[in-house]
Amino acid sequence: MPVSNTDAARIGFFLAVLIGLATGPYWADRGTMRLLIEAFYFLALAQLWNLLAGYSGLISVGQQAFVGLGGYMLFTLTMFAGMPVVVALPLAGVLTGLLAWPTAMVAFRLSGPHFAIGTWVIAEVYRLSFAQISALGGGSGISLPTDIVRGMADGRAARESMTYWIALAIMLAVIFGIWVLMRSRVGLGLGAVRDNEEAATSVGVRTVRLKFGVFVGVAAMTGMIGALIFLQKLRITPEAAFSVNDWSVLVIFIVVIGGIGSLEGPILGCILFFVLREFLADLGSWYMVILGVISVGIMLLEPRGLWGMVNRKRRFTLFPITRQVDQNP
Amino acid sequence: MSILLEAKGLSKNFGALRAVDGVSLSLGAGDTLGIIGPNGAGKSSLFNLIAGVMAADAGQVLWQGRDIINLSAAERCRAGVGRTYQIPKPFGGLTVYENLMVAAEFGGGGAADARALCRSILDQMELSHLANAPAGGLRLLERKRLEMARALATRPKVLLLDEIAGGLTDLECDSLIAAIRDIKAQGVAIIWIEHVVHALFAVVDRLAVINFGAKIAEGPPKATFDTPEVQSIYLGIEA
Repeated sequence: MPVSNTDAARIGFFLAVLIGLATGPYWADRGTMRLLIEAFYFLALAQLWNLLAGYSGLISVGQQAFVGLGGYMLFTLTMFAGMPVVVALPLAGVLTGLLAWPTAMVAFRLSGPHFAIGTWVIAEVYRLSFAQISALGGGSGISLPTDIVRGMADGRAARESMTYWIALAIMLAVIFGIWVLMRSRVGLGLGAVRDNEEAATSVGVRTVRLKFGVFVGVAAMTGMIGALIFLQKLRITPEAAFSVNDWSVLVIFIVVIGGIGSLEGPILGCILFFVLREFLADLGSWYMVILGVISVGIMLLEPRGLWGMVNRKRRFTLFPITRQVDQNP
Repeated sequence: MSILLEAKGLSKNFGALRAVDGVSLSLGAGDTLGIIGPNGAGKSSLFNLIAGVMAADAGQVLWQGRDIINLSAAERCRAGVGRTYQIPKPFGGLTVYENLMVAAEFGGGGAADARALCRSILDQMELSHLANAPAGGLRLLERKRLEMARALATRPKVLLLDEIAGGLTDLECDSLIAAIRDIKAQGVAIIWIEHVVHALFAVVDRLAVINFGAKIAEGPPKATFDTPEVQSIYLGIEA
């Protein structure tokens, strides 16, 4: 297939961003790197939530269940099974995916708003359950022992670089993974399920199987991100691990202001969110009030978010998904 | 002639209301059957039972002799039952072409020539100029054409058409009739629920009449329609 000018420009842009971000540990100071790691995992969480809500019509406010599960899995696997961090991290994702299976069996009995509330309730059940496990510190939480942290890499700088690259790799895998998925047959089926589930079954889409697969897959990736988050934080408590505010409200804010139903939207939303936070974080609770006002304002002006505003004519996409028929063959 | 689709004693209750009451039908390959009946007679419910969107309380649906009553709507579509909805249900966030691609990839077995199939159906249904338009923005006639096009993309052996001509102008209706005759000529069997009786007469070989959920008559279209019983039910004309 010939490479058009827009394709070449796109590849060039991706490469420039990739090189810029991959060399982060060589040009960024510690504070910037911490901020970027946080931005990477928030963007990955936002893209995953957008895959559920924007592309598949599954509006969950309980993704903190899987962030928390992943985090606790990492602590359990490294502290009690003696696994090295690099093994425990992906395994935490796999185990979270396995636990998402029964979770989905419960949640999928509900639909629409009931599904949303149901996922939240399930996440609360997980939070309360982990607060009962005294081996993991119960309600007051537990810190990752220093020898496990030291086992990751020699020296603090090397450790921080490694965390940075893992976060970057997960974010890129999530974004490009979703892009590939949405361009595949599965992506078509998900769009159909989102737009009209009954009609989707009538054209042969096995809707339950498809939604189940996406939910479990997203949960596994979310669990791996949760493991990364608490590897960076070095301490986990039920409140932090299963926080609806951090892992659902802020993530939904990022997706909604950026533009739901696109891959570009969450990227814009994530940038705006971190810029706002840098300027407004000192304002205390006014910070959340201002975030709320901004998201309501954007939703009223343009339901497709910031990306919908800058790209009103849908002329340009960074991640083309739509299948086109060539009108001038 | 071999029987393709057979319904035996299909029944469905909604609370105390018996929406479908022991309806039996049979359809051979390439057959065309029209169904008429007053509003609320249970015609669309009958389609939902045949297509598997709704579970029957009693009765069987046989597909080429095999009982498919426990198969989901998706599996029945894959077997060869295509359907349209009375109120079109397009995938509004997808383009017209993508609407067909979903059907071809999932219901049509995802053959290698899915793209070519979709393009030829778009041509056949006169939707090619809208291929890249979002399906949510279509007008009524276009939505109805899309319903049919999408059902065709699943490569059905039987096509269930639910009031596809309702709400259209005479001119639009005529063009739709021509399109359905095309489909019939391709050998696809059709069951067509319709209030626009002249449209039915232009296409179907047999007519069935449903009232209060039960089939009360079936036979050659004009003769069946002209019986006093059908006239009194359908048009309120005293026999």
